[in-house]
Amino acid sequence: MNPQTLIAKRVALELQPGMLVNLGIGIPTLVANHVPAGIDVFFQSENGLIGTGPVPEPGFAHPKLTDAGGQAVSALPGACTFDSAFSFGLMRGGHVDMTVLGGLQVDGGGHLSNWMIPGKLVPGMGGAMDLVTGAKQVVVAMQHTAKGKPKIVSKCSLPLTSLRPVDLIVTEMAVIAVVAGRLRLQEVAPGVSVDAVLAATEAALEVPEHVPSMPV
Amino acid sequence: MKRISLEDAVAAIPDGASLVVGGFVGVGTPERLCDELVRQGRRDLTLITNDTARPGMGVGKLISARCVRKVITSHIGLNPETQQQMHAGSLEVELVPQGSLVERIRCGGFGLGGVLTPTGLGTLAEEGKRRIEVDGKDYLLETALTADFALVHAMFADYSGNLRYLLTARNFNPIVAMAGSRVMATADHIVPVGVISPDDVMTPAAVVDHIVANH
Repeated sequence: MNPQTLIAKRVALELQPGMLVNLGIGIPTLVANHVPAGIDVFFQSENGLIGTGPVPEPGFAHPKLTDAGGQAVSALPGACTFDSAFSFGLMRGGHVDMTVLGGLQVDGGGHLSNWMIPGKLVPGMGGAMDLVTGAKQVVVAMQHTAKGKPKIVSKCSLPLTSLRPVDLIVTEMAVIAVVAGRLRLQEVAPGVSVDAVLAATEAALEVPEHVPSMPV
Repeated sequence: MKRISLEDAVAAIPDGASLVVGGFVGVGTPERLCDELVRQGRRDLTLITNDTARPGMGVGKLISARCVRKVITSHIGLNPETQQQMHAGSLEVELVPQGSLVERIRCGGFGLGGVLTPTGLGTLAEEGKRRIEVDGKDYLLETALTADFALVHAMFADYSGNLRYLLTARNFNPIVAMAGSRVMATADHIVPVGVISPDDVMTPAAVVDHIVANH
């Protein structure tokens, strides 16, 4: 299984029936492909849609039915559309149960940086700051390292997305929970040792006596 | 003059004007108004809009043609030309969290001075903004935005100017339509009054100044 698929599959196990979920672009988008059987969730696109469905078959796309990246999507039965003020009211108002976002860095306190690399890449925060500030549960889905360097660091060197800590970090190596401002190793990926996770992580991790393998 | 030609609508927009424009990555953007602003060579515009789309698409055309001096927006990541002009110093970019941007525009259109939001606290988005405590919780004061012109695009406009948007092309449009001193709308279909039933009108004709003629 490639790292992205593994991460998406593990994140999908966090979904509960009836949740309203916002998926960011990149790995988070893949989560929609791995929703466990029997679990019905609502996916929100921040450009104004609840009930986002898969990419339509050729010839059935509509140019005015898109996701937040401007790509054609379908709408599931029961879908609804709304304006951007409403869409962000859903987030800040605590109506979005879970958001899954990509990350550049997460620090030892669970703070996320995911919107700019000063001097290099300035895409803008888009909806990320509102999502991390307002969603009930924030999950970061990202690769554990970038070019061999840890992305889970003691302190973020990149600009923060929010002061609000995330709740869960899912990588191709581990699941790490943020509990009371500290990181706790919750699971390791199949075939990955606790030592390997610690070696690829700069931030301090609490390691319980028994660390189970990801149930993927 | 409610019904107006594309050329006359854009001729009414002077160099240096401020524009608040609907659309999200080019979806629901008044594309023909952008084309005509480029054709008429407008300069030094201030643009308030969710994102700068992609080169050759939506408001991205205004960026490419260097019609814009300043843009207030939430995302420029899909348009490398915005980033190039920003780094070169020819384009001023003010980045605002998306939910705060739409609320600032809503405040402008709804007669409010600003809105208190927790979004952006302790981040670069707080720079230059006031922090206000209410009932023991901190918020940022995000102030209202208005513009000389609001440019929107609807699926349907009726002859009187009622607008109805389609699917995710609604996005910023109904909020934007409230925040311009003069409101110009384009539509995929211009239809007789009554085709849009009262409950389906998303922007009332009373706030729309111009319906731009289709070809």
